[in-house]
Amino acid sequence: MTMTFKPDETFRDEFSFNNSDEAILRFPFPFHEDRYMYSVNIEPHVAGGPSDAFQATFDVDEHYVAECRDRALTLAADPLRCQVLPHMQAAEWDTLELLMESLSRDYPQHFRLTRDGEWWTWINGPLGIADRFRFGDASTLPLPPFEYITRQAQGDFCLLDHRDDNLFMDGGMVTSQADWSLDFDLGMSFVEWHAPVPLAHQMGVFDRALQFLLRLQWGKPVRRLNWTMTVNPRLDTSPENYPHWGPDRASITPENVGQKLHLRVELQTLFRLPRSNGVLFGVRCYLIRLDELVRVSKWARRMHRVLQSLPDELAAYKGLARFRGTAVTWLAQYDDGAPTAAGTAAETLAA
Amino acid sequence: MSRNIDRIELRVEAMRDLSPSLKHLRLVPAHGQGQLLAPASAGSHIVLTLRDASRTFRNAYSLTSKPGARDAYEIIVRRVQESRGGSHFIHREIATGAMLEATPPANLFAPVRTARRHLLIAAGVGITPFLSYLPELDALGQPFELHYCARDDEQTCFASWFGERPNAHIYQDIEGHRLDVPALLRAQPVGTQLYVCGPDTLMDHVLASARDLGWPASTLHAERFGAPSGGTAFVVSLARSGFDVHVPGDVSLLDALEAAGVHADSQCRGGACGVCKTSVLEGCPEHRDYFLSAAERSEGRHIMPCVSRAIDERLVLDL
Repeated sequence: MTMTFKPDETFRDEFSFNNSDEAILRFPFPFHEDRYMYSVNIEPHVAGGPSDAFQATFDVDEHYVAECRDRALTLAADPLRCQVLPHMQAAEWDTLELLMESLSRDYPQHFRLTRDGEWWTWINGPLGIADRFRFGDASTLPLPPFEYITRQAQGDFCLLDHRDDNLFMDGGMVTSQADWSLDFDLGMSFVEWHAPVPLAHQMGVFDRALQFLLRLQWGKPVRRLNWTMTVNPRLDTSPENYPHWGPDRASITPENVGQKLHLRVELQTLFRLPRSNGVLFGVRCYLIRLDELVRVSKWARRMHRVLQSLPDELAAYKGLARFRGTAVTWLAQYDDGAPTAAGTAAETLAA
Repeated sequence: MSRNIDRIELRVEAMRDLSPSLKHLRLVPAHGQGQLLAPASAGSHIVLTLRDASRTFRNAYSLTSKPGARDAYEIIVRRVQESRGGSHFIHREIATGAMLEATPPANLFAPVRTARRHLLIAAGVGITPFLSYLPELDALGQPFELHYCARDDEQTCFASWFGERPNAHIYQDIEGHRLDVPALLRAQPVGTQLYVCGPDTLMDHVLASARDLGWPASTLHAERFGAPSGGTAFVVSLARSGFDVHVPGDVSLLDALEAAGVHADSQCRGGACGVCKTSVLEGCPEHRDYFLSAAERSEGRHIMPCVSRAIDERLVLDL
């Protein structure tokens, strides 16, 4: 598979990010029906499914180089976006091992891992990195192992400790988040960090999800999709930087909504970590402009219907209240009322 | 590419008698030198599938190899004289070079990494999960004590594992050499995490003593084997399809339905998502899922076939 990276695109300032036709067609569209409600929509994270984004353990796409650079910029301004509590050291090495093995297996043209006993050599072609280090000895790496490897991956990563029949957010690399803060949530339990989510608690969603995740096994990772909407293709929509992006929510007009408003989909993955018995929670962010999305007619119809029928509490929680009406009105022109075909996969792409 | 890993193939590379009743097995990847096993955390176990001419056993064994090792898994198997089960089978039938099917490592007994101090209590072959704790707790640099109630042959075998550790204590079932559990627990500082593995009588005694002394439930950890994922065989009659499916003891209901060509929706295959929820028309399900509410369970009108089984010999499903 050939892949052309777009190293100069940006997720801030002039916002030059956009999706190629290939990237639109592989977008992990999250709505399998014309309405949306919470569910424990967990499935095995195996190759396959309706989008090419599900083919690799950790998907690498045309935005890889630019996303890694955006992460570095965010970290330079705020180093607390990457924090790991001291008892998570084994989980740091688990993460490095999982990412290096997966990337080098799934993308051998870009990443190479060579092992000589405890001494490992890691080559990252797209980022121009080549390092030799001793596995388990952090002094042989230029950065702590978790930060080192997650600076070379798209998406956020959280390290969850498994103890007391619960999961605790005891580490993370979080620079492309939908309005939550690692610095705030660090050390919280599963139910604590989900506390702000409306409706789902009453439905018992989190109790069931936690029970399931406590039994997550090595070799059988799982995934789910989550979604929200973001004004401008901004990865770092953090509470810390709310003054930079919060006001954007008031900037949507009927004229600019197709250009400025993005569907933001999180491909969430969960892996049992074998050395630490912890869990790695990956949150990979995919962005698509509404005027890119409507080029797939099924997605256009369904997006219109989902947004129109969304319960008000959910719209408020996801931060959509100020522009939902504008978006629904704009999307209506792409919804002829025809039934939508089953599944989420893209059909054809309009010009 | 990514796919689920349910089963691994292992070869018995070496086997030695630690005593007349204890065998040590070193298991390596079945195919080739270059293969690496999944690393395992302290306290992990694997489940071996052992097949003789007439029966299949699935037995869980703690890994005694160093946590994180990827070249080999090591286990110690005690032969129970009166048993005709899997451990007896290993002692009698398995030789160096044998191929075994296993699950990847799983851990229901991991040390708490935030602990200030760990107290490990073992009896008999219940020492095995703690053999992987020793290097892990050493590496973490956290204080711990091991208290081991051993038979004669076990004392001979395992004393060398403990070396000159001042924090390892061995007890014997002889007047004046027995472990006084309440006294030991009373002497522990607040914040100690307690781990126990051994015969049920010991575990019940240790846990009851700790509760009596006011130890919080979150500090008590016990490893009990013998809650297999399978169960007894049963039959499901499919009301709409009009035929019966036999569900063997080591196969899930969902797997059996799929093997019989019956379409059943499923997603997580772990009892959480609710997708495979199926109506029960007759018979009593044995619920093992996390989806159904307590009320739904007692009604018994639905079953999650990915994990749940039957109490009765026969269930009638709306499939």
